[in-house]
Amino acid sequence: MTGLLGPPELEALRLSLAVAGMSVLSSLPVAILIAWLLTRTRFPGRTLFDAFVHLPLVLPPVAVGYVLLLLFGVRGPAGAWLDQHFGVRLAFSTQGAALATAVMTLPLMVRAVRLSLEGIDAGLEDAARTLGARPLDRFFSITLPLMLPGILAGLVTAFAAGLGEFGAVITFASNIPGVTRTLPLALYSAMQSPGGDALALRLALLSFTLGVLGLIGAEWLLRRVRRRLAG
Amino acid sequence: MLDVRVTRRLAGFTLEAAFEAPYPAAIAVFGRSGSGKTTLLNLIAGLERADAGHIRVNGEAVTDTAAGIEVPVERRRIGYVFQEPRLFPHLSVAANLRYGERRARGAPRVAGFAEVVALLGLERLLGRQPQRLSGGERQRVALGRALLSQPRLLLLDEPLASLDVTRREEVLPYLEALRDRLAIPMVYVSHQFEEVLRLATYLVVLDGGRVCTHGAVSEVSLRPEFQAVAGPELTGAVLEGVVTAVDGANGSADLKVGAGTLRVSLRGAAPGARVRLQVLARDVILATQPVQGVSVRNALPGVVLSVSCDEHGALVTLDVGGVPVLARITLEARQALDLKAGDAAWALFKVISTRGHAFPMPAPGAPS
Repeated sequence: MTGLLGPPELEALRLSLAVAGMSVLSSLPVAILIAWLLTRTRFPGRTLFDAFVHLPLVLPPVAVGYVLLLLFGVRGPAGAWLDQHFGVRLAFSTQGAALATAVMTLPLMVRAVRLSLEGIDAGLEDAARTLGARPLDRFFSITLPLMLPGILAGLVTAFAAGLGEFGAVITFASNIPGVTRTLPLALYSAMQSPGGDALALRLALLSFTLGVLGLIGAEWLLRRVRRRLAG
Repeated sequence: MLDVRVTRRLAGFTLEAAFEAPYPAAIAVFGRSGSGKTTLLNLIAGLERADAGHIRVNGEAVTDTAAGIEVPVERRRIGYVFQEPRLFPHLSVAANLRYGERRARGAPRVAGFAEVVALLGLERLLGRQPQRLSGGERQRVALGRALLSQPRLLLLDEPLASLDVTRREEVLPYLEALRDRLAIPMVYVSHQFEEVLRLATYLVVLDGGRVCTHGAVSEVSLRPEFQAVAGPELTGAVLEGVVTAVDGANGSADLKVGAGTLRVSLRGAAPGARVRLQVLARDVILATQPVQGVSVRNALPGVVLSVSCDEHGALVTLDVGGVPVLARITLEARQALDLKAGDAAWALFKVISTRGHAFPMPAPGAPS
């Protein structure tokens, strides 16, 4: 591995995996909650909320990054509060890159989770109720396990998309080597620097391999889970 | 006592059900589709909320709108077997069975795991996934799962409706075993009177969202409200008797009912067994004098109690040795025989038009 990949590629790879990983782990509970709200409850403004969640799909990523910068930048309302109370600065940090990626990939995750939730017969939850299961118990023993294929699909899609997130990350977290310079950012930088063609090609090939492996892995995982659920 | 007095308004339909049934008992709720049977069960289970009224199980209110009581479904300890089995697809049969049991720790014990598995014949299914079971097997697992949640009342919503006739015959004996061996109070919803006949001790008849009559099955079978719901095909007196002699070669048995003796189709019952059967009114022939040289084995002398006429003909109620028998004849036949209350008449019906069911439970109110 180290023979093929030099320190800059390895660092970009490590950062990309870390950023995508952090982003899916933090957005998963949020995505499940949103999907549940959208399928199992009726509240005023539901349609508007639905549209708002899907906004990152249609907005330019740079615009999303800019809005995040306004909100979570050191002088932004959320950023100032986090800085004051927890000493956390998200802008221009790896965590910030993860936040930008999470916001961009959230709609993908919500869609996948929601689809699986809609496929669950609410009668099963009623059956669990008559068997003495309280709401949280019901969710963790019946609803969540049955949502697993959707959750996995959402995780994998969001993770794969997260590896390649560019616009929002570079706007909100900038392009700092070793901190926020993920694969696409490193690729972009290599293309911009003279004599960086070989590095750019290796980074592109690396992204390509990662993508293919991700797709194959996702398909395998999904089949296994579906087979288990289908008996 | 199961005490129900509820109102539930739905779009284009109102359920206004009121009845009191003995507890414990096997209560059947009988009615056409759309008469509100499932809604009634959902209200008892708590899956739907009553607009007004109360439901008391053995004196304890699970719903009482006046007192502001609405016990959550999960704390009612009322088991529910749905029309479709609703087994959890991600859990094995054993884990499905344990689901309710594990959540019922501390509740008064109704049935143990091994007992339920043996009673329902589930030994070989425990390790399987629900998707690999036949329809009848699934419904048996659903039944076991509900039983193991240690319910004080078991609701069954046409549990056989999704099965074909063969599978029904496969599951029915298990339901009978449940009633007889566990003596668990149950409410059984059905539009198949055959099932009611085999399972129920108490009958509640629903018609258009209202309870039109309720009581012991044999008594209810004689009432016009029941006959209106059952229709001419299912009108007939339900009789209960004790086997006095068995004729295994002919698959028949002599049954002592009241002061008289009937010969009915019956297999697998020993002398002394309690048996229930329905003699359909359209299968009964009336004669005003003794007949000879006919193949009919049952020719019982009786007295006409009443004659009522409607668009289906005349329905004659006969007292045969203290036991009521219904006969449906044409208006023309009634005129020709000039039947009226107080007349002597013979009720004739064939052995093969009757089918007895062993029914060991004592009638409600009777000492056990």
